[in-house]
Amino acid sequence: MYHAWLVPLLPALSFAVISLLTKQWKWLSATISIGAMVSGFIIAAFIAVGVLQHPGLINHPLVYSLRWLSMPGFKVDAGILLDPLSAMMLFMVTLVASLIQIYSLGYMRGEKGFSVFFAYMSLFGASMLLLVAASNLLELFVAWEGVGVCSYMLIGFYNHKISAREAAKKAFVTTRIGDTGLLLGLLSLQLIFGTLNIADLAQKIPQFQNIPLLITVAVLFFLGPVGKSGQFPLHVWLPDAMEGPTPVSALIHAATMVVAGVYLVGRMLFMFASVPPVMELVAWVGGFTAIFAASIAITQREIKRILAYSTISQIGYMMLGLGVGSLSAGFFHLWTHAFFKALMFLGAGSVLIGLHHKADVWEMGGLIKKMPITAVTFVVGGLAISGIPPFAGFWSKGDILDATLASGHTVLFVIGSFTAFLTAFYIWRMIFLCFFGKENPENHPQESPLVMTIPLMILALFSTVAGLIGTPWWDVWGRYIHFGTYVPPVANWPLMIGDTLLGALGIYAAYLFYCKDREKTKALAARQWFGGRLYDVLYHKYYLDELYMWFNHSMVDGVARLMYLFDIYVVDGIVNGVGAFTVAAGEGLRVFQTGRLQNYALVFFLGVLAVGVLLAFTGPHATLFLGGVR
Amino acid sequence: MPALAISPTNFVLLASVLFAIGLFGALTRKNAIAVLMCIELMLNAVNINLIAFSRFVTPQLFTGQIFAIFVITVAAAEVGVGLAIIINIYRHRLSVNLDDFDWLKW
Amino acid sequence: MTSIYQVGAFWLISLAIIFAAIMVVASRQLVHMVLWLAVCFIAVASMYFLLDADYLALVQIMVYAGAVSIMMIFGVMLTQRPDLKECLLFNNQLKLATLVVIVVLALTGGLTYGARWFVSGATVPADTIAHIGTLLLSKYVIPFEVAAVLLLVALIGAIVLAKEVKPGARSRD
Repeated sequence: MYHAWLVPLLPALSFAVISLLTKQWKWLSATISIGAMVSGFIIAAFIAVGVLQHPGLINHPLVYSLRWLSMPGFKVDAGILLDPLSAMMLFMVTLVASLIQIYSLGYMRGEKGFSVFFAYMSLFGASMLLLVAASNLLELFVAWEGVGVCSYMLIGFYNHKISAREAAKKAFVTTRIGDTGLLLGLLSLQLIFGTLNIADLAQKIPQFQNIPLLITVAVLFFLGPVGKSGQFPLHVWLPDAMEGPTPVSALIHAATMVVAGVYLVGRMLFMFASVPPVMELVAWVGGFTAIFAASIAITQREIKRILAYSTISQIGYMMLGLGVGSLSAGFFHLWTHAFFKALMFLGAGSVLIGLHHKADVWEMGGLIKKMPITAVTFVVGGLAISGIPPFAGFWSKGDILDATLASGHTVLFVIGSFTAFLTAFYIWRMIFLCFFGKENPENHPQESPLVMTIPLMILALFSTVAGLIGTPWWDVWGRYIHFGTYVPPVANWPLMIGDTLLGALGIYAAYLFYCKDREKTKALAARQWFGGRLYDVLYHKYYLDELYMWFNHSMVDGVARLMYLFDIYVVDGIVNGVGAFTVAAGEGLRVFQTGRLQNYALVFFLGVLAVGVLLAFTGPHATLFLGGVR
Repeated sequence: MPALAISPTNFVLLASVLFAIGLFGALTRKNAIAVLMCIELMLNAVNINLIAFSRFVTPQLFTGQIFAIFVITVAAAEVGVGLAIIINIYRHRLSVNLDDFDWLKW
Repeated sequence: MTSIYQVGAFWLISLAIIFAAIMVVASRQLVHMVLWLAVCFIAVASMYFLLDADYLALVQIMVYAGAVSIMMIFGVMLTQRPDLKECLLFNNQLKLATLVVIVVLALTGGLTYGARWFVSGATVPADTIAHIGTLLLSKYVIPFEVAAVLLLVALIGAIVLAKEVKPGARSRD
């Protein structure tokens, strides 16, 4: 367990080696990258076993650190913090990242920048693992920005496409808004408590009395996760981020990076829990985002976009779980979601490869015959996300709803339950449209190679069984990852049955609309019946992008124009004035530059004389001159 | 005859006169080699100072003498390189007149 | 230093040094300059003897009066041109330079005149060479080595700079 620092270091080394040395050799680069990640996974697995054997770590995390920088009144230690939470994240991230890198071998075959892709993936892995293992908030923030940069580079990986470049910029700028808040929060914590060590803060914050101040800090802090995890209203970058290669979407924008926000909230839950109003805020933002994104997902047509909105919605769930105070439920969903969402993204990538990047689900159909492995694994993922027992999503989603109800948030519970129904509906809409129904004669799909399908199968396995470690009867999960005192769960039968029914109902509704009915007439009719307007609103994502653009054009551009004038007349005036003065002074002083050595020497000695005379008559030994006045 | 006794003052005055003569030559002579020689005069003035102090102030430590050795070393190196530069310039410009060397600008 | 011989020697040598130096600056012929320079160096060397620095005096004679003067002679010969005699001896900043020199002299003289020196009564040990040699190879060994490297570099640099470039030779750069 004392080797946890190796886990982030290995991918970082791999990034350095690939980008500096082995860029020329594609397969060598890929091997190094995958090797580093798999070794990291093995170490993380040992760490996880070690943590399971030491239950004392739950309340007293293992921290070892080095002094990073130190100045009076400001010390930063960089190090590794190990407790069940971070061990679980290390395990999950390395596992998913390894599988996705292996999958990328097939997906990225023949792409330009193959080595660069793996280098970025390694760098991302390193940043994410450091983020997870960081013992200091500043260290965490560095890693946080690191994953942001990697995300930017990987979204814009196809940088010959304008849309990819724009999406990368959008992602970067949007998350920046949140990061500013996070940074302000960090600085205030440093100012108030004089430390950024998570373990120290966990001691100090619950005793802090100035609640309004803490509320401000916590809200600022929460902005970071809102941006990074794509919560309303900063979610707009996440669907556009699908411009990146599909493995990137799977790794960064579904399974790991976007849950960094959730992780941060979970890590700092001791702070949020001290200020109940902010907890309410977290819960409501999460709940609202969940239903909001799910309603958009219903109408989308591109396979990756549907999954992107689904991701936003599921992260909303996690926030909801954390907001109602249940660390174990929120993180349990994070854990299971990582597997089934990575699975579905990789499945989508497999479909896209099979169909030569045709992404519209309405143009697919019947793929199950040609791509059986992809289809079956995808269906497993669909079952998992819809909350059908015994698949993973059922247990984690059930936990969240259970916790919501138990904490007395009835409205949020209703929202969450309805979202569960919507989730099942839109996912199965996609599945029915893609894999069932009649085949589209224009498509000539074929099954992806083994290097892509094997990760799918492994992920499908995890999507099936990963939830079984947190059932009410065998709650390993909750015993290790919880906040406050541990309450053993009780099986809530009505809720469980209700969950299942909701999921099944969603699937059935999707079946009715999109599978049984070959011509999709009912679906079209329903669209009419809902009113074209509502459909349009949903299809255009509540016109939020347009709203932001309008805001951008009217407000930001207006201010910018003002600034532009200021810049032209005031700033430029000063700058040009300085330049003109320099030129004039140069012209004037040119006379003195004769270029002749002895002139210079003479002037030099004049200077020496000036200093000498000055010292001789005014310095501390002024009396020395000619004996002075003695 | 205490008034005639030789103290460091005498040596320092001698050195400053020698230095001033060298400086005058270095600032005014037109020939580059002449300037080089005048610089040697200035260095010698410094050496006289060093050795005089060594003799009067710290006779047992030899600090001034060691310094003088280094000054002589550096002076020898300087003369060598300086003459080489002058010869090189002479080859290109056919002149050792410092007034002609005014391309030390721009 | 109160013996009449020493005092007399000091004044004699001082006069010689200053006279030789003035002749260096004032000579029109470069060769004469070098000769007066050698005289000056030897006078300075004898001043070193007077100051009990016999080793330094030898070095002074060998390096300055010997090597440097010879090099100067070479430099003069290699850059000799027939029209050198006609041109002016001093450049156009003569007056300003004179002023500067006088002020320098006044300043240093004034400062020196008023100064009180701490004079140690001790005498210089008899075998200066042994002491200097020990010091150079123990306490000052690093400056000593650096000086050696400096000399080597200067040597190579001087050769490279002064090496004649044959017109037909291909340029290396």
